[in-house]
Amino acid sequence: MRLKKDIKLLLYCFIFYIIVFSLNRYQIIINDYILNIINLSLVYVILTVSLNLINGFTGQFSIGHMGFAAVGAYVSGVLTTIIWKINPSNPLNYILFFIALIIGSIASGFIGFLLGLPTLRLRGDYLAIVTLGFGEIIRTIINNIDYVGGPRGLLGIPKFSNFTVIFIITVISILIIRNIVFSTHGRAFKSIREDQVASELVGVNTTKYKVYAFTIGAFFAGLAGGLLCHLLQIAHPTQYNFLGTIFILIMVYAGGMGSISGSIIAAFGLTFLSEGLRFLLRWIDNITPTFTVGIEWRMVVYSALLIVIMLYRNEGLMGKREFKILIPEEEE
Amino acid sequence: MEKIFNLQQLINGIQLGSIYALIALGYTMVYGIVRLINFAHGDFFMIGAYASYFIIIFGNLRGYHIPVVLVFIISISAGSVAAVLADKIAYKPLRYKPRISALITALGVSMFIEYLFSALPFIGPSYKAFPNEQFIKSKIFEFGNTTISNYIIIDVLVSVGLMIFLTYLVKYTRIGMAMRAVSQDKDAAKLMGIDIEKIITITFIVGGGLAGAAGLLTGVSYPRIFPYMGVLPGLKAFIAAVLGGIGNIPGAMLGSYIMGISETFATSYNSLLGEGIAFAILILVLLFRPQGLLGETIAEKV
Repeated sequence: MRLKKDIKLLLYCFIFYIIVFSLNRYQIIINDYILNIINLSLVYVILTVSLNLINGFTGQFSIGHMGFAAVGAYVSGVLTTIIWKINPSNPLNYILFFIALIIGSIASGFIGFLLGLPTLRLRGDYLAIVTLGFGEIIRTIINNIDYVGGPRGLLGIPKFSNFTVIFIITVISILIIRNIVFSTHGRAFKSIREDQVASELVGVNTTKYKVYAFTIGAFFAGLAGGLLCHLLQIAHPTQYNFLGTIFILIMVYAGGMGSISGSIIAAFGLTFLSEGLRFLLRWIDNITPTFTVGIEWRMVVYSALLIVIMLYRNEGLMGKREFKILIPEEEE
Repeated sequence: MEKIFNLQQLINGIQLGSIYALIALGYTMVYGIVRLINFAHGDFFMIGAYASYFIIIFGNLRGYHIPVVLVFIISISAGSVAAVLADKIAYKPLRYKPRISALITALGVSMFIEYLFSALPFIGPSYKAFPNEQFIKSKIFEFGNTTISNYIIIDVLVSVGLMIFLTYLVKYTRIGMAMRAVSQDKDAAKLMGIDIEKIITITFIVGGGLAGAAGLLTGVSYPRIFPYMGVLPGLKAFIAAVLGGIGNIPGAMLGSYIMGISETFATSYNSLLGEGIAFAILILVLLFRPQGLLGETIAEKV
């Protein structure tokens, strides 16, 4: 039964893909600009769902997610740009690109493992500080390595991430994380979130599962980082700063802690909102000649949104609920 | 070796450590009482710096010299007001919710303040030069190879003075006794008739005020202010508080001086090391002595 439902899910994804692809082909509604936002949203979906695995499902508090994304981005970017010097004109190069992505993700996952092993014994807020510090350390290190461009950033990355590539990888990532969440391991994660002491008493090796969630989350963050830098064709240290992590955190909390569906909706909704605010602010700027309305107001709106969500709708948009289509059959 | 271990760096480190100490004390007090890492604390520090900047600029425009004490009081009150507002609006409704919610709200408040300041047209995201020469004339004293400016002396004296005041407040007054009671056991303190909300407000006033004073001192000695100036000092001060044992006031002072001195020495050796040493210290402390240098071991409550 589960197989049948998954086929249905994949069918929906395929229909979505066909619609977007053909609309873009003939530039109806979805022009290249909108397609680019959709691509960005899909990358954010991977980042949000993977952070949700750590923060939402396992109840740990990591705020260094962009650090992992930076590792994935720079490792894969260096491989494709500096070492292999490949470009998308030859379709065979996509194989190398996928290998680069996987190596970047493994590197990121490995660093997540190394970081998680000693730190996950710590209480929630200490973990937050360590992950924050980790993100800053990664950024500082990148800033000081001249080989990867230092503060200039890594330039001239080939544009391997097109809509097809990003879409397929996003669907696969969501499915993998979904399957983990609805497996025995997933129940262990959730038991740690609900009550760590109680889950330890029933025999869950909490440290092991926390490290496990952390490593997987870091792996997918690295994957998303690799996709992102091959989409924007640049990897820059400022993209992966603390602010980027906050952006993902807002998506996780707006969508709902512990809801994959919520993360997907929030990643799409907030990426589009962010672009929409750009136009809104420009419009306000034009009608108020004495008062310049800068793009900074966008982040003011965002942070206010985060506070309001936390104060008035703690559980986010979806709470812990999922779309029916995402739930495997046996769970219902 | 001469290059690294010289007296000049030690003095600079003490100066930096004094400023970290003022911020770290606010962090550690708020953590001790509300159990919240107040990420917005670094922004109260920034608000203090901007408040003093505007009052000095205002004085210059009108052509009269604002007394030093008045500027000092204004920067302290700006920090306090910001802290109390943040508490009343954002933290109070979440007081009895899961701690992670309050932590994320604190992140949101911190971002909100920073971006609001960089979006407001009369502040803006760019650097501003702090008018320190109009505020206090700089004097430099030379001792052989070592130079000490009067700013260093002011920084150290003011922060030591404030620390003595704080220690007196916490140790020898009724309010301080109530604060210690709340930090030990909230429920028992409530049963003893202590108004917890009042104590929390006072804590935010004191913590925010110390941060505001640190903002003024930073503006004077490192005369460059911008809306994100609070982020890194805030983080480093927090790490200093963790190093000393969070919730522990002497610990925060000790940790801050260790932090400031090690940072200046590391920076004089290698700038990359200087940027990263704070986080390296943090990870080492959390691995080997998570309760901090002066903290007591607390068994995790079930």
